[in-house]
Amino acid sequence: MTARQTLRRPTLHRASLPAADDFEIWRDIARRLIRADMPPECVVWESPADQRADLFASRDAFLPEPPVSAQQPRATRAFLQLAQSAVLHIDPERFSLLYRLLWRLQSNHRLMDDKADEDVRRVEDLARQVRRDIHKMRAFVRFRVVEEPEGERYVAWFEPEHHILRANAAFFVRRFTSMHWSILTPRGSIHWDGEALHEGPPAARTDARSGDPVEALWGKYYSSIFNPARLKVGAMLKEMPRKYWKNMPEAALIPELIAGAQAREARMVDAGAQDFGDRPKSLVEVGDAIVACRRCAIGCNGTSAVMGEGPTDPVLMIVGEQPGDQEELQGRPFVGPAGQVLHAHLSGAGIAAGRAYVTNAVKHFKFVPQGKRRLHQTPTAGEIDTCRWWIESERALLRPRIVLALGASAARSLLGKTVSVQSERGKPRTLDDGSELWIATHPSYLLRLEGDSRVLEERKFINDLRSVAMRLSQLS
Amino acid sequence: MSRTDIMGRLEILADAAKYDASCASSGTVKRSSKGGKGIGSTEGMGICHAYAPDGRCISLLKILLTNHCVFDCHYCINRKSSNTRRARFTPQEVVDLTLSFYRRNYIEGLFLSSGIVKSSSHTMEQLIEVSRILREEHDFRGYIHLKTIPEADPELVARAGLYADRVSINVELPTVAGLTRLAPDKSAPQIEGAMGTLKTAIVEAKDARKRFRNAPRFAPAGQSTQMIVGADAATDSDIVGRASALYGQFGLRRVYYSAFSPIPDASAVLPLKRPPLMREHRLYQSDWLMRFYGYAPHEVQQAAGADGMLPLDMDPKLAWALQFRADFPVDVNRAPRERLLRVPGLGVRAVNAILAARRQRRLRLDDVGKLTVSLGKVRPFIVAEDWRPVLLTDRADLQSMIAPRRSEQLELFAS
Ligand code: SF4
Repeated sequence: MTARQTLRRPTLHRASLPAADDFEIWRDIARRLIRADMPPECVVWESPADQRADLFASRDAFLPEPPVSAQQPRATRAFLQLAQSAVLHIDPERFSLLYRLLWRLQSNHRLMDDKADEDVRRVEDLARQVRRDIHKMRAFVRFRVVEEPEGERYVAWFEPEHHILRANAAFFVRRFTSMHWSILTPRGSIHWDGEALHEGPPAARTDARSGDPVEALWGKYYSSIFNPARLKVGAMLKEMPRKYWKNMPEAALIPELIAGAQAREARMVDAGAQDFGDRPKSLVEVGDAIVACRRCAIGCNGTSAVMGEGPTDPVLMIVGEQPGDQEELQGRPFVGPAGQVLHAHLSGAGIAAGRAYVTNAVKHFKFVPQGKRRLHQTPTAGEIDTCRWWIESERALLRPRIVLALGASAARSLLGKTVSVQSERGKPRTLDDGSELWIATHPSYLLRLEGDSRVLEERKFINDLRSVAMRLSQLS
Repeated sequence: MSRTDIMGRLEILADAAKYDASCASSGTVKRSSKGGKGIGSTEGMGICHAYAPDGRCISLLKILLTNHCVFDCHYCINRKSSNTRRARFTPQEVVDLTLSFYRRNYIEGLFLSSGIVKSSSHTMEQLIEVSRILREEHDFRGYIHLKTIPEADPELVARAGLYADRVSINVELPTVAGLTRLAPDKSAPQIEGAMGTLKTAIVEAKDARKRFRNAPRFAPAGQSTQMIVGADAATDSDIVGRASALYGQFGLRRVYYSAFSPIPDASAVLPLKRPPLMREHRLYQSDWLMRFYGYAPHEVQQAAGADGMLPLDMDPKLAWALQFRADFPVDVNRAPRERLLRVPGLGVRAVNAILAARRQRRLRLDDVGKLTVSLGKVRPFIVAEDWRPVLLTDRADLQSMIAPRRSEQLELFAS
């Protein structure tokens, strides 16, 4: 390519493009120049938008006429694709850069493959920036609806960095064919009336009216879909640089969202999440911890927590609902009236009560005072779930093979969901650690019944215990 | 309904949807609104219309139809026993919201999910109704992603795919034990059954279209799923294994990971220590290694430590390379593509550029530097025309020499 360099300053040819973004015309001129064998250093390219006048070029020759016999220039598809994008860049050097590359391509057909070549890299860079700008325009254009005599028109103000407006119009046509819309930019505007695209002069931001009522809804969506527990401002800025913010209504909310994120996360956590820390390493630790536990409202009522009791290597663990009046006073599980019913039936079924570990789903006593009496109250699902941490700790330490849950609260504590005791009783379920869960009614339920129904329920209860006794004998 | 009323419900129902990681709107067929009565287009690649301060892309209107729920999953803010504020939209309201956002170019479409009300099938019908109104009454040609309810009638789950571009069913937790413990109302066989139904429907529809051009399209962007990370004891190794099994069994397009995040009114069954967000990032990187870099699941698992966890201070590719130093250095002028893809710091694009450039001439270290962003990381693992890393890969301090700073790691696999 340097073969025709002379010692004299070469004659400069001026290639003038009518528009800043016209690839077809650039291609026609470039073709002609190549056929005229015109080296890149002899051509000065210019277009109106670049506002650049090369003093040397001003007096220079018109474009040369190529000889008729000249060969058609060649360009690879890769080059053409890149050039179509790169030509839209605002860099005034783009035309000459592309021409230089095309010139070099004539003698080296595989030049585009050499990604380490300076010219190739530079053009790829330009093309990449243009593609990104096109993509960001598709993403960040925000229409506002304007009532016009013919109906609604959607108007957007946008400031692209490169000459992409016309190249990008087709996208908006494909997307919003049935709408009437306008996109206004500082370098020109385009308008779609449902049938044809019209080009218009440059516009000012004030030409796009503000005050679309849907913007407030959009802002609400934007603030709500964001998770304050995962603030990553850098990642946001990388994809949505500040220069775009001024035309995006939702961006006005960002500073406030960032500033409030920590508080919002703290509120999210405080609103229920409680850090129980690591699992206790011994039953003694569990006992100490529940005494101090105030994680649900029951623990704050001034009663003492009641720990489970029994052997430390039990095959069977029996879980009740919560300590009652007697239990709370004595600090031991199942010592009140319900406990007596349980113990009577256990020995009836042949289960040695002393061999089982006995505990409760909820460790504190929930009640309402009535005169001097404390009336038992059923714990809520939330309270059971909160206290589940402790019973799981006990299970993890004791690893019983069989767990017998008495009543719906105990069953929820072990299963994490509310089930019907009547339909779940009499058959084992496998728990996550492989142990068996059996469900039966709570003995206090039997205490509340009278007559025939009590007889019936007691029989069922005994049956449940017998089934458990049978499993126990199989296991030991 | 007044706008302020809609606003209040939008706040609740978008807030409740924020734990879903996916907002993707890509991978579907090309459509445009030309020749139609409505609006909307899809062009293969989705568009992120905004980014939130959590760094995540907003490309879809992602909301719940309702956050009332009869289920009681412990990790879920909408579970029955939670004290969260409740709200619901009618299908028509969701349709109106989607269209008014879409017309203003705020979104690519809709990602609709729901708490379970009345019954799973009833809920599924409501979700389908939204997409039916959008498609049939408004000729909406934008993107629709429906989160289907696995417990619903399989026929309904299959119908969703006729309107939606993508369907998803969340596996929720990586292990069955975790699912039983934290989502007692859900069952792994049921979830997988529904995934299987969808897979069959997707494959059949594709087949049918090969034979009859007018056969209806079914979820052309395929199905995806999400797993919550860090809510149970599952290790990264478990998670990678589970994900690759799901990819294989159900032909999933994507498995999304969502680091368990503190939720208001959480259940005490949860650990409540949020896992480091980096863990989620590492899992995405490992996913990437399997999908684009030819790593087998067991190889990714090899990158994990003895505890089954991927290192947090380096990406899994580097971790793997440090485990298998004998496989390096790789000659950039000779090695096949698969080997080059194993070099830490060389992405798919850099490898393609190297392969193209070396057809021209032999590459020097300097040339490689022009084709990658992190030469420092690459250098110990390659041989170039003028470069050979003398025993560098054996140096004990290699890891600390090249272990990148945190900020750089985040960008390593950024697209
Ligand atoms: S009942 Fe359970 S959770 Fe509530 S304060 Fe007592 S020990 Fe803690």
